[in-house]
Amino acid sequence: MLSLAAHQGASVAEKITKDCPLAIRGLTVSYGQKPAVFSVDMTVQPGAMTAIIGPNGAGKSTLLKAALGIVSPLSGQVSVFGEPLEKQRARIAYVPQRASVDWDFPTRVIDVVLMGLSRELGLLGRVRARHMSRAMDCLNRVGMRDFADRQIGQLSGGQQQRVFLARALAQDADLYLLDEPFAGVDAATEKAIIAVLKSLKEAGKTVVVVHHDLATVTDYFDHVFLINTRKVAEGTVAEAFTAETLQSAYGGRLATAQIDQISRALG
Amino acid sequence: MNGEEFVPLSLTPLLIGTFAAIACALPGNFLVLRKQALIGDAISHVVLPGIVVAFLLTGTISTWPMMLGAAGAAVVAVVLIEAVRRLGQIEAGAAMGVVFTAMFAAGVLLLEQTYTSTVHLDVEHALYGNLESLIWLDAVGWSSVLDPVALAGLPPELPRIALTLLAVSVFVWLFWRPLKISTFDEGFARTIGVRTGVLGMALVITAAIAAVAAFDAVGSIIVIAMFICPPAAARMMTNRLETQIAWSIVFAILSAVSGYVLAGYGPLWLGAADAVSAAGMIATMSGLILAFAALWGPCRTRAGAPGTA
Repeated sequence: MLSLAAHQGASVAEKITKDCPLAIRGLTVSYGQKPAVFSVDMTVQPGAMTAIIGPNGAGKSTLLKAALGIVSPLSGQVSVFGEPLEKQRARIAYVPQRASVDWDFPTRVIDVVLMGLSRELGLLGRVRARHMSRAMDCLNRVGMRDFADRQIGQLSGGQQQRVFLARALAQDADLYLLDEPFAGVDAATEKAIIAVLKSLKEAGKTVVVVHHDLATVTDYFDHVFLINTRKVAEGTVAEAFTAETLQSAYGGRLATAQIDQISRALG
Repeated sequence: MNGEEFVPLSLTPLLIGTFAAIACALPGNFLVLRKQALIGDAISHVVLPGIVVAFLLTGTISTWPMMLGAAGAAVVAVVLIEAVRRLGQIEAGAAMGVVFTAMFAAGVLLLEQTYTSTVHLDVEHALYGNLESLIWLDAVGWSSVLDPVALAGLPPELPRIALTLLAVSVFVWLFWRPLKISTFDEGFARTIGVRTGVLGMALVITAAIAAVAAFDAVGSIIVIAMFICPPAAARMMTNRLETQIAWSIVFAILSAVSGYVLAGYGPLWLGAADAVSAAGMIATMSGLILAFAALWGPCRTRAGAPGTA
């Protein structure tokens, strides 16, 4: 644990510049008596794909929501590209957990994607042909072009997740934050989503994903952030995704066999 | 029926009933989708303390102080419900239950503890309007619609509910996009800068204003029915919110007109001597429309709850 604490100290000392897509300092969030996230620092590397990992109830989603201003923290600061969140909202795209919305809502796939353009459209701006074609392009990128006119409740879970990703693509952001995008989706969707995320990274965008499948971390991501209410480790996969840090984050909840497997995968 | 009879006796109640129905159905669409539809019921209870306080302050039972008191109480209730919901971190329905029973009880207590109970305080009127009495005796026929002298004798409820309908429509039109996005996905709405707390409060306050204006004209029965029945029936006709709103307006008008006509003439057709309450019949018609939509509406089945497909 001592070495991990030293790791934290190092990131605090870093200067937050406008190159840093997301920097969180001393963030504490509580829903009741017990903090969900306690005194967390996080520095997201530009142009990287970062996984936020931790056991159930470790505060992964809460960390993301607090970074986005969806929940109010008790204390702490969030800066996005070196500025307060409010000034940089246009550069952030967010994919919430699929289960967080009611898919029976009376709307079509294309309307959900167009929601990603609402900052551009403003209160009363009309949806024009160019907005429509951009939204269709985004649907195309996730392989959902043929579903544009479907009611969203008629889609499978994986298709719903892809529509959410298409909406984020329509936001044309520099920082993409996704909450459990692979939860309960089919293998084809998982492949489609990871392909899109990798293309975003190649285009120089920054991607942060709340992720729970430890087996795919090394394949999908280059940075990890391990959390269990407090920060456990942060860094490249090689630095921070080790048997030691995982044991520390998951405690007894992670079977030794799993750790062995991951250790072998890491070489 | 010719204009000489229709315009003075039926035109104004029909218009007032229709405007009230639409003014409640419009915000009702969002309330139903947000699972806050019972707010109409809550508001009908909480206006009581407002009316009593308005009487205590002014000493009169005229319409304006009563309406302001009712509107004030409705706004206080809405703010309290939101506060209880957020501070207690409980669901909206439970917060409503706590606030509206407490405020209704406070109203009864206030009524009994002050001298108001000896005065004839017209709570009846505020809670159960009388649509049939809102006639336009200055009118002699269709020509009166353009006659300024006759127009001056219009029942004041008509311009009041018309203004309310206009205000509600402007609110929904202006905030259409953020209302739709935040109703569907509140978290996402916040990340794009929508102040969802303020917007949700504004929606409920708009609904409260519509409710209070409608109570005054047509009574609480219509209000509670119109917040829920036309939007819920409309939801089963379509899978698009834009179309749902249009259907809800059609159903609101249909309920108001058919309910008014049936209340006036239905019993006569059946051989009975008296008419029945128009407000009650309008609410009944909206309930029937909802039943038909639930039985035969094209989009009545839940297409797919999360995780089923």
